[in-house]
Amino acid sequence: MESFIRHLKHGVIDENPTFVQVLGMCPTLAVTTSAVNGLGMGLSVLVVLTLSNLLISLVRKVVPDKIRIPAFIVIIATLVTVIDMILQALFYDTLYQSLGLYIPLIVVNCIILGQAEAYASKHGPLDAAVDGFSMGLGFTLALTALGAVRELLGSGTLFGFTILPNAFPKILMMLMAPGGFFVLGILMALFNFIRNRKDKDSHRAESGKEAF
Amino acid sequence: MPVFLTILIGQIFVNNFVMSKFMGICPFLGVSKKMDSALGMGMAVTFVMTISSAFTYLVYQYILVPLHVQYLYTIAFILVIAALVQFVEMFIRKTSPELYASLGVYLPLITTNCAVLGVAVLNMQNHYNLVESVLSGFAGGLGFLMGIVLFSGIRERIEFNPIPKAFQGFPIALIAAGLMAISFLGFQGLI
Repeated sequence: MESFIRHLKHGVIDENPTFVQVLGMCPTLAVTTSAVNGLGMGLSVLVVLTLSNLLISLVRKVVPDKIRIPAFIVIIATLVTVIDMILQALFYDTLYQSLGLYIPLIVVNCIILGQAEAYASKHGPLDAAVDGFSMGLGFTLALTALGAVRELLGSGTLFGFTILPNAFPKILMMLMAPGGFFVLGILMALFNFIRNRKDKDSHRAESGKEAF
Repeated sequence: MPVFLTILIGQIFVNNFVMSKFMGICPFLGVSKKMDSALGMGMAVTFVMTISSAFTYLVYQYILVPLHVQYLYTIAFILVIAALVQFVEMFIRKTSPELYASLGVYLPLITTNCAVLGVAVLNMQNHYNLVESVLSGFAGGLGFLMGIVLFSGIRERIEFNPIPKAFQGFPIALIAAGLMAISFLGFQGLI
């Protein structure tokens, strides 16, 4: 249980795939025009990442070293095709049409192949699945936050509910390409700022103890 | 002829892969610190996108469609691209060591560049024929090349400026990319 929490903290804060590792930027910027889209893309990646880590960890001893990358890609692409079909069948109007092209592009999301190569091919199935899950969770949270900010500023709503009064001007730019870059840049700076301060605080607390 | 011009202008300026479709952002942010490497990466991507557009078109039309397994396009395309990148790398290493020295290091990274898979899927969705697909791949690559070279020029300048600690590195690069994307909005309505 304790190691599960440590894994979660690792994936969500210490090694957050979006804010710290800066991986998988294409879907991060492209689909986060609303919180729902961000959440949908995040959860799709979460499912693919958990299952691909599990499967790759299971076959890691059978697959020869030389062809491991193509083998990983086939596993990931198969999972993505399955997710693509599920989304098309269940969420065609709500999610599938707005995520569109970016669903097949989950295959080339560097987080997934990076995790497969760096973690799943070296660890046991359970560890690999938990690690994939926590990375996916970090990715989902980051995308939802990004989508929420852009939706709030760009169309005045949050998860589809009107939040800002009509008198508040809607910044259309936030829903277009530049807004994606700006909001991500500012959120990333905020994340760095909080982390730097936390480090400084813990340093100060330690030196404070020594003074006493 | 107007169709070709529309594809060319559209892919390079209006629907620029990096600036308006957000594809290939990882190399765009990762390999843009120096202009030389940005140029190398951009040229390697253009090369691979052009060839892979042709191959994915052929695979889709003459293998997937006759067998009625169009839904396998994701798997088929990514395998074609991965194999192609490997083949191009071996071919360049054998034939032109100078070219390999400048492009070689970037080639393995291209398999996971979304722009390459993205252009293949877009060609399929737009029902382009072979010539249009190749042109769209080539123009898309040129758009990427232009974006990454311009951006590396900006980033080389950023290095010399005083920047708040929290913004150093990627955040300020993203803000700069956002400003660049605004200027690319000016091309909207060109076609």
